[in-house]
Amino acid sequence: MSALLEVRGLRKAYGDRLVLDSVDLDVHAHDVVCLIGSSGSGKSTLLRCLDLLEDVDDGTITLGGVEISDPLVDPREVRKRVGMVFQAYNLFPHLSVLDNCTLAPRRVHGDSKAAAEERALGLLDQFGLAEHARKHPDRLSGGQQQRVALVRALCTGPDLLLLDEITAALDPELVGEVLTIVRDLAAAGTTMVLATHEMAFARDVATKVCFLHQGRILEQGPPDQLFTDPREDRTRQFLARVLPA
Amino acid sequence: MLLALGVAITSSPGWPNVKELFFSWEHAKGVFPDVLDGFWLNVRLFLICEVVILVLGLLVALARVARSPWLAPVRVLAVVYTDLLRGIPTLLLVLMLGFGMPALGLQGVPISGTFWAGVALVLSYSAYVAEVFRAGIDSVHPSQVASAQALGLSRPQALRFVVVPQAVRRVVPPLLNDFVSLQKDTALVSAVAVFDAVFAARDYAAYNFNYTPYVVVAAFFVVLTVPLARFTDWLQRRWLARERAGQL
Repeated sequence: MSALLEVRGLRKAYGDRLVLDSVDLDVHAHDVVCLIGSSGSGKSTLLRCLDLLEDVDDGTITLGGVEISDPLVDPREVRKRVGMVFQAYNLFPHLSVLDNCTLAPRRVHGDSKAAAEERALGLLDQFGLAEHARKHPDRLSGGQQQRVALVRALCTGPDLLLLDEITAALDPELVGEVLTIVRDLAAAGTTMVLATHEMAFARDVATKVCFLHQGRILEQGPPDQLFTDPREDRTRQFLARVLPA
Repeated sequence: MLLALGVAITSSPGWPNVKELFFSWEHAKGVFPDVLDGFWLNVRLFLICEVVILVLGLLVALARVARSPWLAPVRVLAVVYTDLLRGIPTLLLVLMLGFGMPALGLQGVPISGTFWAGVALVLSYSAYVAEVFRAGIDSVHPSQVASAQALGLSRPQALRFVVVPQAVRRVVPPLLNDFVSLQKDTALVSAVAVFDAVFAARDYAAYNFNYTPYVVVAAFFVVLTVPLARFTDWLQRRWLARERAGQL
């Protein structure tokens, strides 16, 4: 089976600083790929490159058989099929929760207001946010805001969801409510690539875990293997630091 | 303090003269109807100019933040526009356009001094307002644009639906401040013989050798601008309170 997303030899530098170096990654439909590694290892940059929010310097990204790293490809066509959620939620503060969720379906996908709202309200309800639909985001807790951001990304029915450390800005007691949703999405077969510091979560949910170190994917494999019997010393050192003994 | 100042002024040797020249009740009553007529022109000028300035200012600001390579000439034009028109004193613009444009004698070009004085105000103030809008647009965090783009919105769409609505909200207080200023600067049209409140006052003053009309006009402007200034303060306080809700 050919992969939904194929990354080959991806390279990205900011000036002299190489942040991604010969990254190869395959994501199949229904995969949940977790990117782990210390801060500055390139996890976020990799996700941003996949959504074409960053220009890549070298290498190719192929989505559904189409090379999207080609400069002639319209990034908007790619982003219609890919959803992204950021660490800082990035909800639009001047719009209600519902309008946040219907903006892209209406303006990008050309859905009618009624259809977009029906779908958004359904998803908000599914994630326990129905009562907040008419509120503005700043009235919500961090966990609620991040769940809204997830719903907003899901409203366009993306083939692939990119989650960039979506629990990193949350108070510890709010992390659970967001991860539960991601777990549900994974169980429902949503294809996801996520950067995370939640190792227990990665071990439970991931179909594949990638350890990034200094811009390279040093090691990748199923969570059972990578967490219990890592091949590389670097991986072992990293896990020793982040996993409780 | 005010009392001391008042005493100092009224006890000065020239006060009886000044009182007669600037604060004559008779002349105030005499000029009132003319000033009222003229002031109506100032108010209309202000209301019309304000709308045009808002639209033009926003367009210039959007031109300045445009990113596409093929819009580079528009960007340059917008920079030249704001630099040039903020650099020229508004009074000179009023004089040049108010006297110059009708003098060209071009077919189809309005010859009314009022019209061209209004155009001069629009040009001058839209350059200021454009900078206010641009500051507002720049103040919206880039992550807002990133998240709009991640949703598939084009840059114009991101500006239209995400950036500009937030920017406009933030710049309303400084905009109102500019409009308080514009209300007063409508007085500049009197320089090109437009019969506004100031011109009416000057006319009366020259005829009667008394300056009371100027004080009357000043009172008119104060009555018009103070409510807007108070409204600006009130709005600013309310938004600060809302933004800092729950924080210290």
